[in-house]
Amino acid sequence: MVPPSRGEQRVSGREHAIAMTRLNVNGRLVEVNADPDTPLLWAIRDHVGLTGTKYGCGIAACGACTVHIDGQPIRSCATLLSAVSETQKIVTIEGLSPDGNHPIQRAWRELDVPQCGFCQSGMIMAAAALLAEKPQPTDADIDEAMTNICRCGTYNRVRAGIHAAVRGRTSG
Amino acid sequence: MNKIDRIRPSRRSLLKGAGALVVGFHLAPKGALAQAAATPAQTPEINAWVVVHPDDRIVLRMARSEMGQGTRTGLCQMIAEELHCDWSRIETEYVTPGQSLARNRAWGNFLTAGSQGIRQSQDYVRRGGAAARIMLIEAAASQWGVPAAECSARDSVVTHAPTGRTLRYGQLAAAAARLTPPNPVPLKDPREWTVIGQSKPRLDTAAKTTGALVYGADLKMPGMLVAVPRRCPVFGGRVKSFDAAAVRNRPGVRHVLAVGENAVAVVADTFWQAKTALDALPVEWDGGENARVSSATIDARLTEGLDAAEAFVGNSQGDARAAIAGAARKVEAVYSYPFQNHAPMEPMNATVVWTPQRCDVWCPTQNGEAALVAASQAAGLPQQQCDIHRMDLGGGFGRRTTHDWLADAVLIARQVPGVPIKTMWTREEDMVQGRYHPVTKCKLTAGLDANGEVTGLHMRISGQSILSFVFPNALQNGRDPVQFQGLNASGAESAIGYTFPNLLIDHAMRNTHVPPHFWRGVNHNQNAIYLECFLDEVAHATNQDPLALRRKLMANHPKHRAVLDAVAERIGWGGPLPAGVQGRGIAQQMGFGSYVAAAAEVSVSPRGELTIHRIVAATDCGVAVNPKQIEMQVEGSFVYGLSALLYGECTVKDGAIEQTNFDTYNVLRLAEMPKVETIVMPSGGFWGGVGEPTIMVAAPAVLNAIFAATGKRIRSVPLKDQDLRRA
Ligand code: FES
Ligand code: FES
Repeated sequence: MVPPSRGEQRVSGREHAIAMTRLNVNGRLVEVNADPDTPLLWAIRDHVGLTGTKYGCGIAACGACTVHIDGQPIRSCATLLSAVSETQKIVTIEGLSPDGNHPIQRAWRELDVPQCGFCQSGMIMAAAALLAEKPQPTDADIDEAMTNICRCGTYNRVRAGIHAAVRGRTSG
Repeated sequence: MNKIDRIRPSRRSLLKGAGALVVGFHLAPKGALAQAAATPAQTPEINAWVVVHPDDRIVLRMARSEMGQGTRTGLCQMIAEELHCDWSRIETEYVTPGQSLARNRAWGNFLTAGSQGIRQSQDYVRRGGAAARIMLIEAAASQWGVPAAECSARDSVVTHAPTGRTLRYGQLAAAAARLTPPNPVPLKDPREWTVIGQSKPRLDTAAKTTGALVYGADLKMPGMLVAVPRRCPVFGGRVKSFDAAAVRNRPGVRHVLAVGENAVAVVADTFWQAKTALDALPVEWDGGENARVSSATIDARLTEGLDAAEAFVGNSQGDARAAIAGAARKVEAVYSYPFQNHAPMEPMNATVVWTPQRCDVWCPTQNGEAALVAASQAAGLPQQQCDIHRMDLGGGFGRRTTHDWLADAVLIARQVPGVPIKTMWTREEDMVQGRYHPVTKCKLTAGLDANGEVTGLHMRISGQSILSFVFPNALQNGRDPVQFQGLNASGAESAIGYTFPNLLIDHAMRNTHVPPHFWRGVNHNQNAIYLECFLDEVAHATNQDPLALRRKLMANHPKHRAVLDAVAERIGWGGPLPAGVQGRGIAQQMGFGSYVAAAAEVSVSPRGELTIHRIVAATDCGVAVNPKQIEMQVEGSFVYGLSALLYGECTVKDGAIEQTNFDTYNVLRLAEMPKVETIVMPSGGFWGGVGEPTIMVAAPAVLNAIFAATGKRIRSVPLKDQDLRRA
């Protein structure tokens, strides 16, 4: 237990306790002082301070909050802080590539995939995880993996972007 | 407030930018805004768009908002076409409505809706670019002591052809800024365009691929707190009581507040702390009379309107009632369209700093000026002491043209003076406190002669009027003209594409307590379904080909017919169906100044599962500023329109909206997305919109294709709970 940072704040009981959790985010060890029941999404956004990961629904329905844990795409709004240990590697959109040049990011720029962009961090993280698992995904693979919601309607370009990323990677 | 400036680096450098050309306008340094406000506007608004820095960076100012529709890029193309600047050095920045107010509305209308971001701005932003170019050339000419006519500009460089001398825009900026703006400002002949009409890549894509773009929801300021509000779930209801003490001592909680009459909010250090405390807050609501309203009571009211004696007339030719009464045969059908939520991916939010002297708001909005009015009213301060600092939108679709959420955010911040408060809605709040697609029903009756030709058509719409809720002053003797989008007798905006011997289109206004609003496509969405599906019914009832019947009625509407012909040809209308496809459907409509049509190919499995294989869309928007952006908008509008067709429905129980998140308000996903082919066929001579028009033909084309595939005529939206198996 770490005392809350501000004097006037009181911790009222176990269920709202603030505790310190260590996370490995984008290769960096960070300490998060928060209720262990806080979803990882909000720990990342409000405590770690990385806001590329978005809140769209909070119920694992939209994928805007997708990050990787040990390479697996997960919906961080439905993953509690207490369920993540510091030995697990969390990667957010900010850490996907050092210079924004992951093949998916490059393909996204080539094809101008994003519209408003709000869903796109999640889209890119889901697409990157798909490519890591299946270097040459079929359309059926894409259908199955890419269940993120985009209200602007970028779906066809997302699909084209994944195929373009494969081509970009294989052609060097 | 250093953080704020970091978010807008270009503004910061602009403020400091001595020697920068700020055509016709000097942005006051922070703190001196009040002074600037006191200076009357002296320059024409065409001169407010362009800033040139000594290092040749070009900053173009935007009054319209970017919400994913590509307006930023399109506006820059229009200015750059005339400015002759280096495209790779263009940056943009939002002007604030406060600056515009202080400059006598130098930037014109801020509204970004009705597919008008480009078409309503095109003239004055092009003139802004042209005026700046003329001044830069003049500055060079006078430096060289040569006639301006001997100089030309290209890629931000002015060249004196006879001597080959050159000067960069950045070197000329300071001198050009001192010149008198030209008047009049000539524009290029469209045949000379080299930037407009090109598929320029978007200027803002990169930051959307790295998480770097800061949306309103992402704002951080020193000392900022987060507020999560909740309104009475019954529209028009109020807060009876709440027990702040029950949650006040939870970690991070700073304030538990009443927000006006009808809402409460918890203010905490973080969103999650505020949200969980709000969930735990005991609140008693008083829904009042409205708590008795349900979808069934609303439906009964609309059904009554279908046959009511009184109705507002939208379009009347000849005597439709008499023609139908005397017809050899009648075809009649009743259609309906539900409430739908805009559900942009970024939930409503606004960050506010309120003091007794000033109110500043940072937020995504589709209309900076309306946001300023809302902020000023809620802040209890004159507009001159408020301002709106716009952020790119995480989707708008019409929801962010109205500012109920902003007003509440100001009411919250007012109770915590001097502290930046970011008010963030949960998705659940966004779902149940929306401003909804209006609910309507429609009875269509066609009279046919012995040969099956239409002698008269009566289209009776019953249901909600958007204007009566949003802009009651815009009603015309009680009549809502917007109700008849796509059905008007004539006009450059949304005229019907058919001529019937006798026609009556009227509207029995039946409003509900659920607030309606403009929703991408607006009233076209249902009007196109009503008319285009019913015409399909008439065609089948009279053994006519749906395309042939339409073409017969379209003799006087060549532009409508041209787009319809284009999709029919591309989809192979009348030809054999590709493997797996069971039926084709077509539809056309004119809206937002553009002519659009769609043709769809579908199949329905024995279990009733719909597959939309392919949609071909054609759009004649007069002038196509950026064909690739148009393609993206067409695809996007189809996703939005097909989401609405397949899943979009908000129902009412005990006065409140029942759907609370994407689990109960589902939307189209990637796997369901058809192949989309876009035909962009600008016929020139007018500026039509792009963001919305194609949405209106997606649903009727698919519904008509479902009929072709299954013999099932679907007359209500959405499809999710309907049995689509073969009739
Ligand atoms: S915010 Fe996590 S899935 Fe929607
Ligand atoms: S790009 Fe706007 S929600 Fe996907």
